[in-house]
Order: sequence, then C-alpha cells, then structure tokens
Amino acid sequence: MKLHLTRRYRFAASHRLHSDNLGEEENRRVYGKCNNPYGHGHNYVVEVAMSGPVNPSTGMIANLADLDAFVEREVIAPFDHTYLNEDVPVFRNHVPTTEHLCIEIFQRLSAFPDAKLERVRLEETGLNSFEYAG
Amino acid sequence: MVYLTRKIEFSASHLYHNPAFSAEETRRIFGKCNNPHGHGHNYVLEVTVAGEPDPATGMVLDLKELKEILQCEVTDRMDHRFLNYEVPELAGQIPTCENIAAVIWRLLQPRITRGHLHRVRLYETPDLFVDCYGEGNGAGGAR
Repeated sequence: MKLHLTRRYRFAASHRLHSDNLGEEENRRVYGKCNNPYGHGHNYVVEVAMSGPVNPSTGMIANLADLDAFVEREVIAPFDHTYLNEDVPVFRNHVPTTEHLCIEIFQRLSAFPDAKLERVRLEETGLNSFEYAG
Repeated sequence: MVYLTRKIEFSASHLYHNPAFSAEETRRIFGKCNNPHGHGHNYVLEVTVAGEPDPATGMVLDLKELKEILQCEVTDRMDHRFLNYEVPELAGQIPTCENIAAVIWRLLQPRITRGHLHRVRLYETPDLFVDCYGEGNGAGGAR
C-alpha cells in the first residue's frame, strides 16, 4: 500500500506573459491578453503531494505544521501579493507561465526533508491547472 | 481500463494522543489535535475502482453494490463515531487521515470483486487529503 498526503495552499500574484525572444507583435499574438503591459493577477491554488512511510508514533507521513511552515517559507511568503516578473528573481528572465511557475514550485519544495515530494498541481484559475512530478 | 469513482461523506470526531510523548512533544507534534475532548470533521471519501466494462451490462461493477459495500464497511462503522474509541480497526493507532485511509483500503479491498480497487482518497478537509494505492498499482495511473 502506498500513501500520498496532499495539502492545498493559496497565494495571489500578478504576472505578465512576455518573452524577450519574441517581437512586440509576436508577443501579442502568442500571449494575447496575458501580454498586457501592466500585467494581471490570479488566485493560485497549490496542491502539494508528499509520500513516505507513516510514522507509527504519530500516524503521519509528515507533520502538517512542519510542512505548512516549509511551504510558507519557500513559496507562499515569496510569491503572495507579488508581481512575479519583478519580485521573484528567477522570473526576471523567464516567462512566468503557470507551467514555469509549477516547475519552480516543485523545485523549491523538493528539498522538504521529512517526506518525498510526489507532485505539485497548480491551479491558475478554477478552470486551468498544471501538474509537475519532476 | 475504466476508472469509476463513488463519493460518500461521513462525520466523525477524533483526537491525536500518544502516551509515550512528553507534554512538550504532544504540544509540538499534535497541537490543537490533542484536545482531550476531541474534535470533528466532515470526511469525504472517494473510492475508485478500475476495470473493463462487462459486455453484458456495460458496467465495471454495479454501483448499487458499491454503494452497499461503502455503507456497510465505512458509513456504518465510522459515521457519527468517535474514531479513537468506537472503531476497533483503528485501536492502538493515531486516527490521522493517513491511518484512516489505510484502514478503509484494507476494509474495501477484499470486498471489490469486480474490477479492482485502484485508489481510496480521503479528505479530512477540502485542503487536506490522503490517497491510498495498492502496491504495484501505479500511483501514476488515473488520478
């Protein structure tokens, strides 16, 4: 039997989809409204799935307080209420599509010491979501 | 392969306590979940069965049958119960979402005789859930 523990978190941020490798016209064609020079925002939902043995003395794969603190420090605090393109250094030269954001979050959370990160699922809106499992 | 999912809800109370822990460890590890009077959740259970539709009926398994199995194995045992004291299958375990999901898996797995049990997903709250898969039953399959 294999168990995955999944926890959902939220942050709100703005971004602009624009690539320096494309011309102005091409950026508008590729990214449409998401290329608006002033950016726009989303309420992101992050689902973090962890696996590992259940500790018999606690009944837990990972202590939720420890996981919550780790996710808060690595993802929520640096991303919440920011403009991703400017406030998160990795996105200054890297288009903050939700694909890239999902991979970035996975990489940040893969260092969690108490369990194995299985998957990150990121909802950009209630209608769009992306998953990355490494 | 087709994956069929049935959802049920049950409400139950529990508390987390390990007599081997000091007061400080208990506070740090279990926090509010250690309240001696317990606390409760509206659990949501999603049970996914995988199989090929029977050519005669077009069904992987009869949903009425699955509904009865869930009523008998889960609702009757756990709904409106204090999980620590009233569910013998959890005796001696901390009734975390992980342990409850594993107990439900063990109760259901032998009862699913058409198709096979693929996944048990138990939500303790909308923001916390555990998925339970069988060994070799690829967690990478349908999710």
